[in-house]
Amino acid sequence: MKMSITTSVSPSPQFYCRSAPASALCLNIQVQSSLAAVFAQALCHYPEGDPVLFPVAAHDFASPTPSHHTTGTPPALLHSCLLSRSLRSPSVWVYVLVTLPFPRDSDIILLTEVYYGSVELNMGSLLSQLGLECGRKEVKEEERHLRANDRELNLSYKYADNAIKTSKYNIFTFLPLNLFEQFQRLANAYFLFLLCLQLIPEISSLSWFTTVVPLVLVLSMTMAKDGSDDINRQRCDRQVNNRKVEVLIDGELRSEKWMDVQVGDIIKLENNQFVTADLLLLSSSEPLNLVYIETAELDGETNLKVKQALTVTGELEDSIEKLANFNGEVRCEPPNNRLDKFTGTLTLKGETYSLDNERVLLRGCTLRNTQWCFGLVVFGGPDTKLMQNCGKTTFKRTSIDRLMNVLVLSIFGFLALMCLILAIGNGIWEYQEGSKFATFLPKQEGVNAPFSAFLTFWSYVIILNTVVPISLYVSVEIIRLGNSLYIDWDRKMYYPKSDTPAEARTTTLNEELGQIKYIFSDKTGTLTQNIMTFNKCSINGKSYGELLDFSGQRVEIHEKTEKVDFSWNNLADPKFCFHDHSLVEVVREGNPEVQAFFRLLALCHTVMPEEKEGELYYQAQSPDEGALVTAARNFGFVFRSRTPESITVVEMGELVTYELLALLDFNNVRKRMSVIVRSPEGKLTLYCKGADTIIFERLNPSCSKLKEVTTEHLNEYAGDGLRTLALAYKDIDPEYMEEWKLRHHEASTAMDEREEKLDVLYEEIEKGLLLLGSTAVEDKLQDGVPQTIEQLSKADIKIWVLTGDKQETAENIGYSCNMLREEMTEVFIVSTNTAEEVRKELQTARRKMRPDGPEEPTVTKSRSGLFCLLKTETVADEPVDGEYAMVINGHSLAFALEKDMEMELLRTACMCQTVICCRVTPLQKAQVVELVKKYKQAITLAIGDGANDVSMIKAAHIGVGISGQEGMQAVLSSDFSFAQFRYLQRLLLVHGRWSYLRMCKFLRYFFYKNFTFTFVHFWYGFFCGFSAQTVYDEWFITLYNLVYTALPVLALSLFDQDVNDRWSFQYPKLYAPGQLNQYFSKRAFVYTLLHSGYSSLVLFFIPWAAMHDTVRDDGKDIVDYQSFALLAQTCLLIAVSIQLGLDTHYWTSVNQFFLWGSLCVYFAVIFTMYSNGMFLIFTSSFPFIGTARNSLNQPNMWLTMLLTSILCVLPVVAYRFLRILLWPTINDKVRYKVRQDKVLPPAPRRVQARRTSTRRSGYAFSHAQGYGDLVTSGKFLRRSPKSRPALFSQTDSPLAQTQPQFYRTISEREEPPLSSWD
Amino acid sequence: MASSYNAKEEDGHVAVPGGGTIQNKKPDNTAFKQQRLPAWQPILTAGTVLPAFFVIGLIFIPIGIGLYVTSNNIKEFEIDYTGTDMSSPCFNCSQSFSWNSTRPCTCALPFSLEQPFESNVFMYYGLSNFYQNHRRYVKSRDDSQLNGDTTSLMNPSKECEPYARNEKMPIAPCGAIANSMFNDTLDLYYIDPNGTRIQIPLMKKGIAWWTDKHVKFRNPGGNPNLTSAFQGTTKPINWRKPVYELDTDAENNGFINEDFIVWMRTAALPTFRKLYRIIQKKNNMTPTLPRGNYTLEVTYNYPVRSFEGRKRVILSTISWMGGKNPFLGIAYITVGSVCFFLGVVLLIIHHKYGSRNNTADIPN
Repeated sequence: MKMSITTSVSPSPQFYCRSAPASALCLNIQVQSSLAAVFAQALCHYPEGDPVLFPVAAHDFASPTPSHHTTGTPPALLHSCLLSRSLRSPSVWVYVLVTLPFPRDSDIILLTEVYYGSVELNMGSLLSQLGLECGRKEVKEEERHLRANDRELNLSYKYADNAIKTSKYNIFTFLPLNLFEQFQRLANAYFLFLLCLQLIPEISSLSWFTTVVPLVLVLSMTMAKDGSDDINRQRCDRQVNNRKVEVLIDGELRSEKWMDVQVGDIIKLENNQFVTADLLLLSSSEPLNLVYIETAELDGETNLKVKQALTVTGELEDSIEKLANFNGEVRCEPPNNRLDKFTGTLTLKGETYSLDNERVLLRGCTLRNTQWCFGLVVFGGPDTKLMQNCGKTTFKRTSIDRLMNVLVLSIFGFLALMCLILAIGNGIWEYQEGSKFATFLPKQEGVNAPFSAFLTFWSYVIILNTVVPISLYVSVEIIRLGNSLYIDWDRKMYYPKSDTPAEARTTTLNEELGQIKYIFSDKTGTLTQNIMTFNKCSINGKSYGELLDFSGQRVEIHEKTEKVDFSWNNLADPKFCFHDHSLVEVVREGNPEVQAFFRLLALCHTVMPEEKEGELYYQAQSPDEGALVTAARNFGFVFRSRTPESITVVEMGELVTYELLALLDFNNVRKRMSVIVRSPEGKLTLYCKGADTIIFERLNPSCSKLKEVTTEHLNEYAGDGLRTLALAYKDIDPEYMEEWKLRHHEASTAMDEREEKLDVLYEEIEKGLLLLGSTAVEDKLQDGVPQTIEQLSKADIKIWVLTGDKQETAENIGYSCNMLREEMTEVFIVSTNTAEEVRKELQTARRKMRPDGPEEPTVTKSRSGLFCLLKTETVADEPVDGEYAMVINGHSLAFALEKDMEMELLRTACMCQTVICCRVTPLQKAQVVELVKKYKQAITLAIGDGANDVSMIKAAHIGVGISGQEGMQAVLSSDFSFAQFRYLQRLLLVHGRWSYLRMCKFLRYFFYKNFTFTFVHFWYGFFCGFSAQTVYDEWFITLYNLVYTALPVLALSLFDQDVNDRWSFQYPKLYAPGQLNQYFSKRAFVYTLLHSGYSSLVLFFIPWAAMHDTVRDDGKDIVDYQSFALLAQTCLLIAVSIQLGLDTHYWTSVNQFFLWGSLCVYFAVIFTMYSNGMFLIFTSSFPFIGTARNSLNQPNMWLTMLLTSILCVLPVVAYRFLRILLWPTINDKVRYKVRQDKVLPPAPRRVQARRTSTRRSGYAFSHAQGYGDLVTSGKFLRRSPKSRPALFSQTDSPLAQTQPQFYRTISEREEPPLSSWD
Repeated sequence: MASSYNAKEEDGHVAVPGGGTIQNKKPDNTAFKQQRLPAWQPILTAGTVLPAFFVIGLIFIPIGIGLYVTSNNIKEFEIDYTGTDMSSPCFNCSQSFSWNSTRPCTCALPFSLEQPFESNVFMYYGLSNFYQNHRRYVKSRDDSQLNGDTTSLMNPSKECEPYARNEKMPIAPCGAIANSMFNDTLDLYYIDPNGTRIQIPLMKKGIAWWTDKHVKFRNPGGNPNLTSAFQGTTKPINWRKPVYELDTDAENNGFINEDFIVWMRTAALPTFRKLYRIIQKKNNMTPTLPRGNYTLEVTYNYPVRSFEGRKRVILSTISWMGGKNPFLGIAYITVGSVCFFLGVVLLIIHHKYGSRNNTADIPN
């Protein structure tokens, strides 16, 4: 027996506090449930923070035994205590996950999302009760109250007007504010600190410009970027604020600027205009006061949405007089950021009407297909939902970022250590030598040896600051940006059919793409195309859609199979294809059941028709629906048009208009939808379609036989991987209908518990149905999915599929995309209903996979992060013989994700090659991701296309959105987006790998060159009395990072590739080093440090020894400070350039140009700076006059440079050569092979258009809530529809820009060969 | 295939009314954007690395030998005259040093050259333990003043402190470097086999860099009369005479006095030598400094005892690679040999294990 649950959370929850601490918030959620016990978890989500999960005590509810279909069950209560992280957070999201622990109730896991906009209010009062000060000065708006056409009253509330300001600065505040913001960054602040140190003459060891030049450069670059961004925003604001709109003032329409619009004004919008502010829709030109809007700017969805005005305001029409006299009062919720929720009331002439989201036009939408409409401004400017949604986005950081933070911190420590050593050295020197040397170098007044050491410490902090160069951060940003652009530019990730190139929406995560260990993938729309084709059906116990040959054997359907000819039906969709002729014959014969079947499909849906250029298009919310309505259309039941009160269908060429009495819309709990229509003959019928389990529960006992046959068919379909729906109908007694309608009206106007009451009513009428049959819709796999999955698993990436579909479907998809294979050792299936059983199954599976494994997981506890504050626990990977897979359903997953069992789940799941979780909620998706993130310390990627994947996309390190059919929410919250799942392999195996390689090479090289640079100073300290004298010319110090070495290393990190993309695909194992963090880790950093130490020793002591007591070839001085500085810096630059050359694997002309160019620039610069002219103009800044000329003509200078370069490079070459020889990595091997073969790798396997295999997907019902509310609400209108044939009559409809639905298989065409473009 | 979707879907965008262009977001097919830039991809193979090692070895060893021989051919004679030993003739001078004494203390050091110095001989003074590279010392100068800038002459830079002014008078040249200028006078006498002392002529010009002498250092005001050019300034505290009396030769006086310029080019290391005089070769027949006995007469003005410094006089010939310094030669020979040796070792390893790097075992 299946259970149903009608669970919802009351929209206005009551909060109360029972002896809770002030920081806690007690939440009392009413759950109206027909069930005895509810296990619940609540997830509290603060707008600026991570979700906090906390348990809610399991409760026994009023009735101890399950009773179903009862209406009067007392509401159950869930008590929970929210630990409020911040009392000041304006709003709190609460997710309540309710799990029902009954057998066979695996369906009933639902996620309810409640938004408590009024938490603030309640907390405020709570706090005042407790006598606590909230700390908030402004009184938060508790309720909005306004009256139309009454500016005086409305102004008294001081609501924000409609002007918006998204810019941060104005002319006067730009400089201080921007600088303030920039100096909040650690690096900039550090350099400011250095600058301050340099201003103290006793400390200053470098001229001011060495710090100022880079700092100013970085600051001004950022400032220019911020400034231009802000100017753009200001221009945008100005443009928006100055848009004109017609406002009703003093009884006439005036054109006003948007910014002058006030709350309470009535404004007139025309077609294709942007909605000015959040409006209460009053009236419109369209029948039934409908308006059509596009919400692309708001949520990115391009399909049209419909809003409808209240009848009472709709009567105002466009009569200016009536509108001017309209004095309705609106009371509604305070401004919030919830796009799909609005609660309020309208009081007019003493009557109160409830307002909901259907009555509200939000700013940011565009009016479409509507000639005009009038609206009352409710929220203006900053209070609009659009602006309230423009919150701060949290930035994801990559693991390299975090590592870098740790490294930078340890570098600071290291710097302090070096400075300390040198300072102590200075103290000793001052004590032993300095005091005696005072004859020639008098001591500073009041400076004794310890104080001198103290000063020297800071002087060295200045000199050695180059270990943490400011340019590092700038370069890292540039490199990431460059690598993101490559993703945007990649033609091989461009999907021609939807004209979508791949997009790197976040430019800061690139290198992490090369380190992915776990992929969490959605199924629908991600692995599958989410394009549905009507494939089979079972009508009255007979199955259609199979093609049988004479002997009754199934015939494999392929491209060339003859299609059914629909030419007899001139309204048929030519793209529709079907292979079974018998169905057409039956329908044309006039078989009543078959006709009723298609009539149902033509009537029971929420599809919107659109007629364009004489052709009929359907706008469907879910592709399943579209497929079904299209099927009905082709079989002679053409859905032509709808109004809220009627549906017009062409039945076998005959125009029939049904009166639509009620539409009982689909939702995830009901899993079914129904319509009640009156045929022209006056017969009342309820048509219902829904998930088989749900429909079967509500059937008339008389159809039990048919039910059995249909169930058989359904099983067959599910085995074929098709998505199924059961169809049923019922004739209704008109008298009962009248009475029901009355109650329905009552319920739908109820102020509280409206939804619950409606649910009860729906439940009541959808009973005793007569079964018609079932449909089977094919959900096609996307192109190249199995190949991609194979490639990714070769790269040691584990793929977990998290889907909302049911187990059979998920399993079938698993088989068809090669994740589950027949040859696997075992596929574990966990689908039990108690915690103990789940634990047992997990343990059994684990023991089977690893019989000798330890019972307790090996957990490595460590601390990481800045100051080691972050405690991490890592569960070690456990080796397993053989290939295993696990399928776990949502119900079991809910138990397995509990605190005490999650480790068990993780261990078992991570031993498996493949994990498929079915029937999971969005919340569970995020939980699974969090679990792996927490205990595996591995980089995770989540990929999905729908709104239900958003939580997972946000939780994972990297979120990838598929810009597919299900709207844009996933893409909008993702970090990378593209159109096809198969591009994932290119994103990871090519772009990710290269990005990681480049970033690591960059960091290693960057640290190398800067450490080497700096350590030379350290050694020199021992020869200059620890006086913080620099080795190099100050200008060299200034320009080293900015000019001499900036571009070559940038070229390295933008162009380098070890092997090209084809080889990367050929050997997916090349991906492994990234997962193991091999290229840049603390260990690699220490190696770099040691390497730099060696290089700096060479770079200091070789010149030192070579120049000791040497003279020029004319006997003159050459061991002077300036010549030595020149020698040391030239040696350094040459050595680091050669090192760069060794690190570069991919020498493009740009690399060559930058490297040689930089060296040339160096010599050009020194000859210029050391020239007579520069000296004579800026005598004090360029004292090195003549040094270059006098030193660089000396052979021993050049011999020294040669010696140092060779000595620096020699060990590196020898070591690398030996390493390649003795312990070659996969990279070395592949590169060697590439070189040996000198041939192109085999072209990547062409993606074959797959034919369906024997094992395929199965299905469950899934789509979002439809237009049902809208259509239903139309029923209560008194006004008759205007004589318009269709709702969408305009031919220049912007719908042209949206994609029409198509229900055919589409296989992507290969890119045409290049020659054809020429 | 093509008929299963319409062209509009492929383009993705509808033509803008009025015949506008069809937008297409397909990325450009350029080598740069598609990361297909032609490139050279070198890898370290035995074929390149081993020959490189041998070649480097073979080139470095001869260079090293050449350098070593050249350095060894340079004749150098060094004499320490600090006078810290009781036995030293300069002991008294070094002990009785006082800045204010008006009577110069002189001492004579006899020495003999075992070998004749053939070509031009360069006479250096060397100082040890003298931190001319100390930060506070290095910056204690005013290049503008030394360049003849009259404003700087009268208002020396702050960097010169505490040697910027003396009793309100600006010091010219200011700063610690100038103040500590080496002021011993060194004279060289050849003792004829018959006992007569012949003074060896020492050239005091041509010892500084051309750029220093002609560009960096200039006397103020272009006034040939230096006394009036330096009017209003005072001499550095440690000096015995003002800057315009350093020499009688107008071309070598004031800021462009070469001894002064040489001193002002601060040394990189605490032990250094600076060119003092040049002994020009007279003719091809006689060596510049023949074998025999010499006397070095020192006017001992410069105190180094307090900081345990040493003073030396060095007589040296030079070669194309400058003064005597065997380091480079030895280093080149060593590095060359190491290279060669490494080459051999790597060759052996390569022969033994080279077959490991076959490509057959790349996991796919």
